[in-house]
Amino acid sequence: MKRQIPVLLAFLTGTFVVVAFFVSAPVVVGLNEKLDELLMIVTAFALPLGVVSFLQHHSKKIGRRSIGWRNSIVSVASFAVMASLGIVEPFVSAQGRAVGFNWLFDTVFTPLQATMFSLLAFMIASAAFRAFRVKNLEAAILMISAVIVMLGRVPIGKFVLPPSAALTEWIMNVPNLAAQRGILIGAALGAASMAIRIILGIERPYMGGAGE
Amino acid sequence: MDLVSAWVAAFLTLAIYSFLYKDNPLYRFAESLFVGLSLGYEIGIVLHRTIIPNLFQKLAADPGRNWYLVIGGVLGIMLYLRYVQRVSFLGRWALAVYMGYFVGVELMQRLHGDVLPQVKDTMLPLLPLSLASVQNLLVLVGVLSVLVYFYFSRPHTGILRPVSRLGIWFIMVCFGASFGYTVMARISLLVGRLTFLVDDWVRPTLAAILG
Repeated sequence: MKRQIPVLLAFLTGTFVVVAFFVSAPVVVGLNEKLDELLMIVTAFALPLGVVSFLQHHSKKIGRRSIGWRNSIVSVASFAVMASLGIVEPFVSAQGRAVGFNWLFDTVFTPLQATMFSLLAFMIASAAFRAFRVKNLEAAILMISAVIVMLGRVPIGKFVLPPSAALTEWIMNVPNLAAQRGILIGAALGAASMAIRIILGIERPYMGGAGE
Repeated sequence: MDLVSAWVAAFLTLAIYSFLYKDNPLYRFAESLFVGLSLGYEIGIVLHRTIIPNLFQKLAADPGRNWYLVIGGVLGIMLYLRYVQRVSFLGRWALAVYMGYFVGVELMQRLHGDVLPQVKDTMLPLLPLSLASVQNLLVLVGVLSVLVYFYFSRPHTGILRPVSRLGIWFIMVCFGASFGYTVMARISLLVGRLTFLVDDWVRPTLAAILG
């Protein structure tokens, strides 16, 4: 029974959403809206599951003094400060303004995030060095396409390769569009078939290995 | 941004960039700080933008009409029963409802929002012959050949072989274009950080020192 009920629940909720998509009866539409609202709440409750896992992982590292345990202290402490400010400050500060939370966000979080992502520019440059070694036709196509698009996106591009802007537009609108569309359709069909398998109980990821 | 905040932000920016030399404790400190802050940030946002307005405030405003929201709260709490050995199976019930609902939504969104509109937009007129119709034909050929490339139920031999090869050429153009776009986006982020260092950190600091 412990194994059948989750399968039944997943089947009923999944099937109901599919039926609700096609049926416009007020009862079904209303029920679907209510289900949508309450599952948004469940989603919000699911986030702290990640927090539990995060704290378990780092507390183990700190407890065992394993490699990088000092960094784990930094992670846990920064989490605790940011979460505490995020939870408490809107209640206690004037007009719900979270001054400390916003300061941490603007001064620490945003620069860290932007710098971390900009660091990828260097990683990509190093990856490009490897990827652009033209060993075959496919690698050549990849490189030519990337170079044209990069030139087409900067003002200097029109001096290096005058038609780069027009070529970039054509690449984006024709071959890139075609490939993106093919990939999107393929991925969507794959996701849809996986969804059907989960609704029918053929795949049971919610069992966490218990129902296999 | 005041000078103290600018110094903090500049220190963290340089700590991250120190990784370009080699992995070091300063970089790891900044990285760990980022991980903790990201998660902490989400907690505050989820509480004040989802749970409080959509559960507690609605229940407080009209409990008779919004009673069903309690089910969401109960299902949410049930997710944590996985940590209580005796009743851990109840956590799976909540997860099954949650997953069943979202895969149902995903199924319809994918089919109705992705597959059908994309197929419709691919079926464009090929006649009368013009530059636009040639481009429509190229898109059609590209989409079909890419789909053939990802069709693994039969070996790519015979007619499938040249078509899937054409498909991979289209994919390479697409990857190249995506790569080019990503590089330019990252470069603009890099320029943004360098501009910050010069305009918000170095200049105000020099101005403060030199009066």
